[in-house]
Amino acid sequence: MLYGTLFIVCIYYILPLWVMVMTSLKGMPEIRVGNIFAPPVEITFEPWVKAWSEACTGLNCDGLSRGFWNSVRILVPSVILSIAVASVNGYALVNWRFKGADVFFTILIFGSFIPYQVMLYPIVILLREMGIYGTLSGLVLVHTIFGMPILTLLFRNYFSSLPEELFKAARVDGAGFWAIYFRIMLPMSMPIFVVAVILQVTGIWNDFLFGVVFTKPDIYPMTVQLNNIVNSVQGVKEYNVNMAATLLTGLVPLTIYFISGKLFVRGIAAGAVKG
Amino acid sequence: MHSISVKELTLNFGAVSVLKDLNLDVAEGEFIVLLGPSGCGKSTLLNCLAGLLDITDGEIWIKGKNVTWAEPSERGIGMVFQSYALYPQMTVRGNLSFGLKNARMPQAEIDKRVARAAEILQIGPLLDRKPGALSGGQRQRVAIGRALVRDVDVFLFDEPLSNLDAKLRSELRVEIKRLHSRLNNTMVYVTHDQIEALTLADRIAVMRGGIIQQLDAPQVIYNRPANLFVAGFIGSPAMNFLHGATVDGGRRFEAGGIGLSLEGYEGGAVGARPEVVLGLRPEHLEIVPGAEEGRTIPAVVELDEPMGADSLVWLKAGGAQMSVRVPVERRMARGAAVHLRVDMTKASLFDAATEQRI
Ligand SMILES: Nc1ncnc2c1ncn2[C@@H]1O[C@H](COP(=O)(O)OP(=O)(O)OP(=O)(O)O)[C@@H](O)[C@H]1O
Ligand SMILES: [Mg+2]
Repeated sequence: MLYGTLFIVCIYYILPLWVMVMTSLKGMPEIRVGNIFAPPVEITFEPWVKAWSEACTGLNCDGLSRGFWNSVRILVPSVILSIAVASVNGYALVNWRFKGADVFFTILIFGSFIPYQVMLYPIVILLREMGIYGTLSGLVLVHTIFGMPILTLLFRNYFSSLPEELFKAARVDGAGFWAIYFRIMLPMSMPIFVVAVILQVTGIWNDFLFGVVFTKPDIYPMTVQLNNIVNSVQGVKEYNVNMAATLLTGLVPLTIYFISGKLFVRGIAAGAVKG
Repeated sequence: MHSISVKELTLNFGAVSVLKDLNLDVAEGEFIVLLGPSGCGKSTLLNCLAGLLDITDGEIWIKGKNVTWAEPSERGIGMVFQSYALYPQMTVRGNLSFGLKNARMPQAEIDKRVARAAEILQIGPLLDRKPGALSGGQRQRVAIGRALVRDVDVFLFDEPLSNLDAKLRSELRVEIKRLHSRLNNTMVYVTHDQIEALTLADRIAVMRGGIIQQLDAPQVIYNRPANLFVAGFIGSPAMNFLHGATVDGGRRFEAGGIGLSLEGYEGGAVGARPEVVLGLRPEHLEIVPGAEEGRTIPAVVELDEPMGADSLVWLKAGGAQMSVRVPVERRMARGAAVHLRVDMTKASLFDAATEQRI
């Protein structure tokens, strides 16, 4: 009974994926024949190649690859910057209790409740004033800021679960703000850093709204470009190319889950046995 | 010159006042134990000394220097924590040398000091292990070693033994005492274990509610408690209390039909007072078969409790429950009517209203 239910749920999740993979491996004539569940008679990787390097959006016909590299260039600095800032924030909030720490934290958490949509236009103006509207650095900044509340909360909670006496001992040992952060806190916090990376990579990679609003066509991230490819109105709909493009876009978060998931579990387990 | 001098120290957490106008002078080489119930501010006081908490008011002097606002590492103190607080990712050697490296000490000197600490604490073979691979007792040695390598004059201990089992605790207790006599530095040691306090201390500071109730040598604290709180807190089983009055110009104590002569009481003439509390330790009472005028209390045995070396007899006397320590061979029948002879020279008398010793 239990397995039956699980089986049905699995089918429910797997089926669309199955359809997508199959379709992406078929040629257009075979697709027109109809049966979307059937495996391809003749496997072709043509659609994948086309999606990656030839599909057109607007005037550019160099495929998703452009979007992919844009996304990478957005992703890497955003993830590093947001996690670096948020972890230092969390650490300072827990251990150094500077004046106004509580106020700072309240504002930060409150900030996370304001709907994105309300902030879009003010941020556009802000970025324009700073002269980085429509640039990659502008988008990186936006991602860093919007990741701040949840990440800071994450790190704050983790750091406050570490024994306070360790911090005190390090202070008696003459370690300062950064020495304690790098030498004592960081080495004990790998699991939470992995969690933060997963969160940020998937969040930023899948972002569409900020990408559309804060960048220009040349530097659109992959998601935006995917949308433009799939929704382009000229010519016939090339379902196989669209499916391949979609799968390509989804590949990055998927890989992250697989790689870091293992690390993550290992990190948690390692934390549990330390005496 | 005092090794540590705390002047009118006040510490508030928001609206809560944890330490109030606290004064404490510690002589050089002295072993001071801070003793008191949970939440009385012992750890808070220690953290203030270490510079881990910003104080609200007052001054702290260490070795003749005003360190009230100095960084913990600049105060010339070493600290040992209850949870050991060893850095989990570093080896024992790394733990010991972390502070020295922060002070940019030459490697040769670091090695020398680590070797010396390892020799004193017998942790040489453990130097390349991580804390996770050590037993509780070994971890606490390493934690002590971390204070030792700093080569400081003042050691602060915050309940260093309370996470250990009874056997290890008594072993390490002896070791700490030995360490003190070898290094002869000043120690401030927090505990709520009376045995630790009584065995280790040169002087004990008994605290309650952020105030030092009495600061004195262990024998004085034990034999001549300054007030009812100290009397009740120190000693296990607790001191017996009889509520009554002094009459006859202060020559007699009367309570619920009992009359005791106060002759021999070390406080001297106490005067007539309507409400006093007489405190008698279980070992200062003796069970005797017959009454003696003015020296005994009639009592009925309720229970006897053998405790290994001796045994504890619980009795009903003068309307109160009392305990008496007797040799373990001496079994008492339940319900037996006996008399308790009081050694008035060792008794304590308190004013019931002010709770102070008379
Ligand atoms: N950060 C803090 N904020 C507010 N109150 C605190 C804080 N730290 C301690 N207190 C309060 O100060 C009082 C003294 O605490 P402290 O830790 O010094 O007690 P203690 O004597 O060491 O007790 P224990 O034997 O349980 O360790 C307690 O009532 C505690 O609730
Ligand atoms: Mg404490």
